[in-house]
Amino acid sequence: MTLLRLGYLVMLWVFVYSVVRVLRRDLYGTRITSRKGTVREKPAVAAAAPPASPARGGAPTAAAPPAPARSRASRLVVSEGPLRGTTLPLSSSAILIGRAPSCTLVLDDDYSSSRHARIFPSGDQWILEDLGSTNGTFIGAQRVTTPTPLTPGVQVRIGQSVVELQR
Amino acid sequence: MATVEPGRVRSGRASELGLLVLALVLGVGAYALVGLATEGRVPGNFYVLTFGMAALGIGLHFVVRWRAPYADPVIVPIAVALNGLGLAMIYRLDLAEDLTGSSALSTRQLGWTALGMVAAAVVVWILRDHRTLRRYTYTAMVVGLVLVVLPLVPPLGKQINGARIWVGLGPFSLQPAEFAKIAFAVFFAGYLVTNRDTLTLAGRKVLGLQLPRVRDLGPIIVVWLASIAVLVLERDLGTSLLFFGLFVAMLYIATERISWVIIGLSLFAAGAALAATSFTHVQGRFDAWLNAFDSEVFNAAYGGSGQLVRGMFGMANGGLMGTGWGGGRPDLVPYASSDFIVASLGEELGLTGIIAILIMYLVLVERGMRIAIGTRDGFGKLLAGGLAFVVAWQCFVVVGGVTRVIPVTGLTMPFLAYGGSSLLANWIIVALLLRISDNARRPTPLPLRGTPAAAPRAHAAAPSEPVEPDAAPHAARDDGPSPDQQTEVIKVVDQ
Repeated sequence: MTLLRLGYLVMLWVFVYSVVRVLRRDLYGTRITSRKGTVREKPAVAAAAPPASPARGGAPTAAAPPAPARSRASRLVVSEGPLRGTTLPLSSSAILIGRAPSCTLVLDDDYSSSRHARIFPSGDQWILEDLGSTNGTFIGAQRVTTPTPLTPGVQVRIGQSVVELQR
Repeated sequence: MATVEPGRVRSGRASELGLLVLALVLGVGAYALVGLATEGRVPGNFYVLTFGMAALGIGLHFVVRWRAPYADPVIVPIAVALNGLGLAMIYRLDLAEDLTGSSALSTRQLGWTALGMVAAAVVVWILRDHRTLRRYTYTAMVVGLVLVVLPLVPPLGKQINGARIWVGLGPFSLQPAEFAKIAFAVFFAGYLVTNRDTLTLAGRKVLGLQLPRVRDLGPIIVVWLASIAVLVLERDLGTSLLFFGLFVAMLYIATERISWVIIGLSLFAAGAALAATSFTHVQGRFDAWLNAFDSEVFNAAYGGSGQLVRGMFGMANGGLMGTGWGGGRPDLVPYASSDFIVASLGEELGLTGIIAILIMYLVLVERGMRIAIGTRDGFGKLLAGGLAFVVAWQCFVVVGGVTRVIPVTGLTMPFLAYGGSSLLANWIIVALLLRISDNARRPTPLPLRGTPAAAPRAHAAAPSEPVEPDAAPHAARDDGPSPDQQTEVIKVVDQ
């Protein structure tokens, strides 16, 4: 009888333990990536996600060709600034960057204009274009005045943020 | 600085099935042990009961698997385990009091269990999206009020043990207040999600406390006053405490204003002081709590501390490991199967067992709160948070009362205690939590960015399309009002 009595208590705790084990996933189910150094491979969820549709106001590329390699840049990464670590998957549509809520990448930054710059695909390349911003868009120390082709790894400064394309 | 990305969501249905089997073993094992300890053999209807419980539990599991495949995997097993434990204890008390057949409380409780689980399955089945409930915000308010008033209506209401909270329906007695709490949770959630900005931002600041404007509070004050007034008339302290707690907690969840908690607590203190001085039965409760071991109070014919102290003696008898199923004398405590079932379980399972049970409740509540964090729409957040709080609050009030932390009030321990209405209502709460958690855990078609998906700063990485934060796959057919707090803010600014 004592055995059954204690056995039952053990059963109770086995149940509690199993429940907690199932919940462990809540703690360890997220992937934590350090933002220093290179950003790791994107999770499958984001890669499989539907492409961001044309930005409101950003000129959608008319009849974009079925996504060629485009120097194999696959995402836009914010590498400095308050949004550091944010990544956007690239698709066949343009990405509008600025403070306006309708932008693809909304910067909460007093130094950026509401529609600051856009990055759009053209043929095999991604082109950076400044949309007449007040404080300018810079590649290195060079202010971007004309649409400029962008290769992965080139850092673009917009206000307090730095964005770059990554493979 | 680091980014946090949710991993691949596992539906957890397999874990649920595994845990469910364990939970069933717990409940059925307890039943068998009771029989072995008291009569030396397993109870006659053991196999029927085992089969019935297993069929119900697994049936519910398959309904969840079919209709809410991403629902939280631990909620159903915990509810089944607690329900089974309660059933076994009620059966054990029936044996001690020689109740058999249809007069036995365990038979009725078994019926209610079946009904409750079927009701949960039906809710999960029929309610495809919890946001549909938001359309019935004010209907829920009216339903809640009607349910609360129902026992006062002469031919329906029944007065049992000094409290007029039952409604007789043929051979059954229902406590409508148990269902009213769900209705009020729906109402508060629906109301607060549209008005929370007004409640948060408008109004004067006094001594660092943001005071709301009276007109913003209208409907809530009306509901609250009405329920309190009626409950004072019905002389049911516990339920009034429950509604009050729900009200304050949901306001706090909605507005994030600590001032609400302070206002609530001071209102409560005033109410408690008033009740303690003016109502004799409340006075008696306080007396029995403060001077429980006074022999005069202990032996008082009505409203003494006999029940409370006997329960404590029982738990002391149980000690660390308990007396084992059927080994103690929990039947010496009046209402051992309803109000004092925690003391009965504490006696037979000991501190070790009762802590395991409390952890089950803790996990259940934690899941509710986690669902509230995970779900993407404000209404779901408030509803899940409110329902989880109701369970937590009931546990606190009951266990606190039994262990003499607070005065005893007549609330039921969810799932454990004898009481059909309570069981049914709690199974419905479980079904609602399952439904919301399915919505919360279902992978979205929206791209997940480096920022946490549901973070309030989500606008920082807003997708190009103006996607509603809660635009889940089937949101398109939800033609109810979209969560448009934005307009509320603008209104405030205009004034």
